[in-house]
Amino acid sequence: MTEERYEFTAGAKKKIFILGAVGIVLFILGVFMAKSDGHGDEAAHALNTIEETSLLASTDENAIVLSEDAHGEAAHHETAPWLKRIFSNLWINNVYFTGLAIIGLFFITIQYASQAGWSAGMKRIPLAMASYLPIAGILMLVSWFVVKGDVFHWTHASLYLPVAEGGDSIIQGKAALWYWPNEIGSSLPLFYIARMVIFFGLWYWFFVMIKKHMLAEDIDGGLNHWKKARSLSAIFLVIFAVSSSVSAWDWVMSIDPHWFSTMFGWYIFSSWWVSGLAFITIVVVMLKRQGYLKIVNENHLHDIGKFVFGFSIFWTYIWFSQFLLIYYANIPEEVVYFVERMKASNYAWVFYTNILLNFVLPFLLLMTRDAKRQMSMLMLVSPIIVIGHWVDFYLMVTPGVMKTDGAIGLLEIGMLMIFLALFIYIMLHNLAKAPLVAKNHPMLEESLHHHI
Amino acid sequence: MESGKNFVLGIYDDEDVLLEAVTKVRDSGVKIHEVYSPFPVHGLEHALGYKRTRLPIAAFMFGLLGFTLAVTMQTWMLGVDWPMIIGGKNFISLPPFVPVSFELTVLISALGMVGTFMIISDLKPYKKPRMFDVRSTDDKHVMAVDLGTNNLSKDEIGKVLNESGASEVNDKNFD
Repeated sequence: MTEERYEFTAGAKKKIFILGAVGIVLFILGVFMAKSDGHGDEAAHALNTIEETSLLASTDENAIVLSEDAHGEAAHHETAPWLKRIFSNLWINNVYFTGLAIIGLFFITIQYASQAGWSAGMKRIPLAMASYLPIAGILMLVSWFVVKGDVFHWTHASLYLPVAEGGDSIIQGKAALWYWPNEIGSSLPLFYIARMVIFFGLWYWFFVMIKKHMLAEDIDGGLNHWKKARSLSAIFLVIFAVSSSVSAWDWVMSIDPHWFSTMFGWYIFSSWWVSGLAFITIVVVMLKRQGYLKIVNENHLHDIGKFVFGFSIFWTYIWFSQFLLIYYANIPEEVVYFVERMKASNYAWVFYTNILLNFVLPFLLLMTRDAKRQMSMLMLVSPIIVIGHWVDFYLMVTPGVMKTDGAIGLLEIGMLMIFLALFIYIMLHNLAKAPLVAKNHPMLEESLHHHI
Repeated sequence: MESGKNFVLGIYDDEDVLLEAVTKVRDSGVKIHEVYSPFPVHGLEHALGYKRTRLPIAAFMFGLLGFTLAVTMQTWMLGVDWPMIIGGKNFISLPPFVPVSFELTVLISALGMVGTFMIISDLKPYKKPRMFDVRSTDDKHVMAVDLGTNNLSKDEIGKVLNESGASEVNDKNFD
């Protein structure tokens, strides 16, 4: 078998730069639009927020919680809405693209742990996706310190005053999760930052080790590298089971610090996982269309298509499990999460679009066998899912940060394009560094004869 | 000659020989009634030129039926026949309907698929199966050619089967 290498051509680079440049232009336009859109006087704006949210809340208790929230923020230095919007989007894209990167590694480790043979010919693509991990980690750490005051309400020191002086007893009860062993309310939430650094450090270490064995296998052959990669994968999966859940609480759930959901770890994981699978599908199909990956045929596409189809439904299952219990129990401190998203006019359409893009369309379009075996259908559904789960993250983050001021405009689209260009560039840059097909993979032969 | 009565059987020892034989026999213009094997032979359905089953379409239809049934049933029960206040929700509120609708969709779809499969495969209780050669349940592959649907004579078919690698060629007649 001849060695196949991806060539990162000048044409492809140019396209990515255009994507990024258009993204920057749209972003700047979006910022100016958001600025001129100004809500006028800041104090009136804060009052407005309280009124709106009180109207939204389904019970009186709820209104109290919410207006306390708004009160707490009004007491602080208020950031301009357009800047908040930038921060909010910065965080959405950080979390989302971190997900795409770590799912690259997760996909590989799952294949090793289950001794899957079918995917042997396309493992280099998720490996290249995971190359974004170190950049994701640095970006996220830096952005956290930039956005913390606006995105993470719990970082405000005044919340940790005694309750009589305006402190928040609910948030105080959770504070050790962020601040330990530092003093609660101090400027550095040590436990929180340490978790972020440790998770990224561990993920990156496993990525480097597994990658080392995968590439060494090309030269040495034999079974040893496969076996070592498999042991590493099994350990990684255990660590990822915990770290993905905890990072979901840290990075997304703590944006709404009063609220909690026991489904949330799974919810974020399923959203990452299905968007990562859809992204892998897009890259595989695009490479095939350019004449690469000859050994990937419609049987392999069928398998990855089943993954995308199945985990779209899995995401919906998790989404609904979270929604139904909260809806049915109707406990004010829980239901406020959905009240904010379903009853606010600027999020309600996003809320239903989320279900349409991530469940209804993939479910109906990918249902038949033929659909999963055709590149054209996969190329229709996978981008829908990738965009759809960005929308999902938008819906998790924005209402908590912006309250009722959020919108989807050029700013959001522009920043998504910038991140997408960065992610694709790093992925393709790393894809070109190693052979596209692992020629000594012990299961390559099995993959060649894969037939379903 | 009447179809479904008189057969010529080719007995094969090896599944690789069988696979090639199926292609050879079909190429020489003989229509194969059915091939019986003690285990699933990979690629046999392609060699025999079988079309893919349309069972998934039936599954989808039954699923749709189950979904409609579930939604109608719950709407009628909780909205019309016996409205009850549960947790302050509307009488007809869709989220709590989802689990029941899902389960009935799956149930009707599965039962409908089993029923459809049994009908199209002509499986029913107390049906006595037609056994061409009892060794097809042990170690031989049996290719049955219906004389009624072929224009060739019995000898000509026997010759084709022999040339394709059959270890023996037998007659089988059902009354």
